[in-house]
Amino acid sequence: MSKTDIGPPNFQEMLPEVIKKNYGQWKYHEIMKPGVLRHVAESGDEVFSIRVGSPRLVSIDFIRDICDVADKYCDGHLRFTSRYNIEFLTPDKKKVEPIIEAAQKMGLPVGGTGNCISNIVHTQGWAHCHSAATDSSPIVKALMDELYDYFTSMKLPALLRISLACCINMCGAVHCSDLAIVGVHTKIPKVNHEKVMAVCEIPTVMAACPTGAIRRHPDKEVKSVVIKEDLCMYCGNCYTVCPAMPLADAEGDGIAIYAGGKVSNARKPPMFSRLVVPYLPNHPPRWPEVVETIKKIVEIYASHARKYERMGEWIERIGWEAFFRLTELPFTEQHIDDFTYARETFRTTTQFKW
Amino acid sequence: MAGETPKVDELEKGPWPSYVKEIKRAAKKNAAAKDLLGVQELSFNDRVTHWKHGGIVGVTGYGGGVIGRYSDVPDKFPQVESFHTLRVNHPAGWFYSTKTLRKICDVWEKHGSGLTNMHGSTGDIILLGTTTAHLQPCFNDLTEAGFDLGGSGSALRTPTACVGPARCEWTNIDTLDMVHHLTMEFQDEIHRPRWPYKFKIKISGCPNDCVAAIARADFTIIGTWRDSLKIDQKAVREYVKGGMDIKTDIVARCPTNALEWDERAKELKLISEDCVRCMHCINKMTKALRPGEDKGATILMGGKAPIIKGAMLSSVIIPFMKIEPPYTEIKDLLRKIWDWWDENGRPRERVGELIEKVGMRTFLKVIGIKPVPQMIKAPRTNPYVFF
Repeated sequence: MSKTDIGPPNFQEMLPEVIKKNYGQWKYHEIMKPGVLRHVAESGDEVFSIRVGSPRLVSIDFIRDICDVADKYCDGHLRFTSRYNIEFLTPDKKKVEPIIEAAQKMGLPVGGTGNCISNIVHTQGWAHCHSAATDSSPIVKALMDELYDYFTSMKLPALLRISLACCINMCGAVHCSDLAIVGVHTKIPKVNHEKVMAVCEIPTVMAACPTGAIRRHPDKEVKSVVIKEDLCMYCGNCYTVCPAMPLADAEGDGIAIYAGGKVSNARKPPMFSRLVVPYLPNHPPRWPEVVETIKKIVEIYASHARKYERMGEWIERIGWEAFFRLTELPFTEQHIDDFTYARETFRTTTQFKW
Repeated sequence: MAGETPKVDELEKGPWPSYVKEIKRAAKKNAAAKDLLGVQELSFNDRVTHWKHGGIVGVTGYGGGVIGRYSDVPDKFPQVESFHTLRVNHPAGWFYSTKTLRKICDVWEKHGSGLTNMHGSTGDIILLGTTTAHLQPCFNDLTEAGFDLGGSGSALRTPTACVGPARCEWTNIDTLDMVHHLTMEFQDEIHRPRWPYKFKIKISGCPNDCVAAIARADFTIIGTWRDSLKIDQKAVREYVKGGMDIKTDIVARCPTNALEWDERAKELKLISEDCVRCMHCINKMTKALRPGEDKGATILMGGKAPIIKGAMLSSVIIPFMKIEPPYTEIKDLLRKIWDWWDENGRPRERVGELIEKVGMRTFLKVIGIKPVPQMIKAPRTNPYVFF
């Protein structure tokens, strides 16, 4: 019989000595150069953190490789960040450069600190998810290949967080990212009536629809549902509760881009990301339209925002009208909200720019 | 069996580390990982996913922690016909000893594809791809190695916290101790889904919110302080001497105009009652400014992604509370919230949506908290008031 409910290992057993000793006693830190942090404790102790990018989807041999580095330089400890970066920690300044060399030898970029584009938080995509409207790891790879220099430098006005969710369930905080890439369906679910009758609860399926687009099948003999096409905005909530209603469609599925979100409270309060590109097609393996659009927005932000201004703060200052003008992204009917809180987004003033 | 994969191979090129190289490394030892490459190529050609919806699989005694995954093209790729995922609860702060990490690798070499996510977006170690027959033995070996499964389905999802006191001077609470405590206390709630929908707890040590608690967690704990932030004037002068444009980059950026720079005295003054503790000045002058002494946390609730009524940010429920082990007050509050939500929530209704449906007034009565202005941006404008 196996053990149950033992919980995760106690983190205290996972901490390096210098961390244990100075736990809760840190005084200040500085970024020595991209990817290298120096934290100083009240005791005068120092710890250097070398931050390294990772593809996130990694083999156990990759994990063993980074363990080898940690065994050699970090007394057998390492950590990961909330954005999938790997951090090698050492109290010994002399080990900083050898760790950087070891990481680079493995082909891993050192960076992800300060005013950079850190690793892209993302979901599973076609590699492992049933509801994905797009893939994830390939787009992240294609994007980070293009944005690589922004990871290894700190030349942006502020930090810029990109996230990707392969459907609008949005596993991960993509809805509050500077740039959010979201897989979208644009075709209504294909109802398999026989399967609905076999595996789905009709009331649950109907209740799952946020716009009331799902109705009972008009033929009483058919214990299934029909979808009112003009009410469906392809959220997929019905598919989650009823596997007989898939939305995936090679032609219809694609990507939307949202901009200007943040979670930090620094300066302006947290903000949602807002729709800037309603639809781009899925073009594997490198999604050139998505990469090009993201890169363009990043570059315009980088050259126009003031120091310390996050994407959303910059847009708020210049106005959305200026954002669409500068980025040359077309403004369409899709940009105007028509869901629950739509009215909050309408302009109720004569103040605007041309 | 996977044949040629020209499109997938394209992603081995370029400077950013390649996940395709990682799948290929695993494929050298594991046939399922090899078939995964073929599934990727097929999805690239067809531009749709090739994984079927759901499939209930698990380990004895648990209702979650394993995500059932079946291929819709098992004839072409028999090795991934079943390719289930295990969510493994990470140690707080994602700290590891290499000894422990290697144990996970060994278990996964024995029982699975050898592919992982370090980590999933909620924070778990994700073990990607194994067969139904391997699930229980894999779980047994994981627990032998000191690990347990994380949450999935309508359960408490694996709670997460920022690095906190382990390596950050800004934290106002012991995020790691707290997340470990809560995780251990609520093992049953993590492993046995029984609620209307998922419930997330995330803990950030300061308002920078490095784990996105305000956007993603139903129950958001963010460290803060009640007194004044601390200023080391000598260190401030060092920054100015070093070329910092303190008026433009610090004072003018303060969202509530709570800072003044006295050019003559070379002093940074804080109008403490106007400070909203946003962290901007502290972030930019790490050696000179620090959070205050009277530390605790703000509790916010209701954060979530769009499903189903639209995305929500957590909103303030308790403006300030002291946070100390064994965290009894927080645990009691959580239980009270869960009982009410479980009783009143519809299927797939997050707690924030339920609060919006029945009204904050009702919710505050349920949890026994008095209304205060810190909970709102502004009072209501309409005259439709209940008495």
